Amino acid sequence: MDSNKKTIIVFSGDLDKAMASLIIANGAAAMGNEVTMFFTFWGLNILRRPEKVRARKTFLEALFGWMMPRGAGKLGLSKMNFGGMGAYMMKIIMKQKNVSTIHELLESARDLGVRLIACTMSMDVMGLKEEELIDGLEYAGVATYLGAADEAGVNLFI
Amino acid sequence: MAEKFINCRGLQCPGPIVRLFKEAQTCAAGDIMEIEATDLGFKKDIAAWCKKTKNELLSLEEENGVIKARIKKVDQS
Repeated sequence: MDSNKKTIIVFSGDLDKAMASLIIANGAAAMGNEVTMFFTFWGLNILRRPEKVRARKTFLEALFGWMMPRGAGKLGLSKMNFGGMGAYMMKIIMKQKNVSTIHELLESARDLGVRLIACTMSMDVMGLKEEELIDGLEYAGVATYLGAADEAGVNLFI
Repeated sequence: MAEKFINCRGLQCPGPIVRLFKEAQTCAAGDIMEIEATDLGFKKDIAAWCKKTKNELLSLEEENGVIKARIKKVDQS
């Protein structure tokens, strides 16, 4: 176990939870830690490109893609979302209070060398293709995450 | 030995420590970093950051909601 390593499983695609996981990741990296974030299930939506990407999909995959938020800018809150109104209000308040946006946090995490891993099994289940996700990701499965978690002093599931 | 001033007023968590970490990477051992922040949590955070990154917290004070810290970059080898 290495107290200098941290791993985070990002399971949720809620704005608040995504923010929390990215703030922790940025903070840990700024403490000199090696941070690995493993994005799985709804967490993958954080990594979607905001623009529509043409990809060959089955009917169900296409339907999934249409139903899920397209990128970090479209995420809703886990509580108090009210069809997007809560998330909209939250973004205004965060801007007033000079909290970094989710895009800035994602950019900063990458800048600080945080490993961003997309779970390929979840991608397959949800019909998400590599070309639909942002650049600079690693594509791997549970063994890669477990390998990193084994060496880490802290492991979070968000 | 150089002195560096880092203005993090108005930045929210984790802004100040991320800035400080980046600035510290460009410093040499013995350099002094003076940082100002208005994020309330920074007062505790800076002590934790120094302990974890093995840098020396020379002073820490708060005045009118502004937290000022002086940090000496320690040779990490």
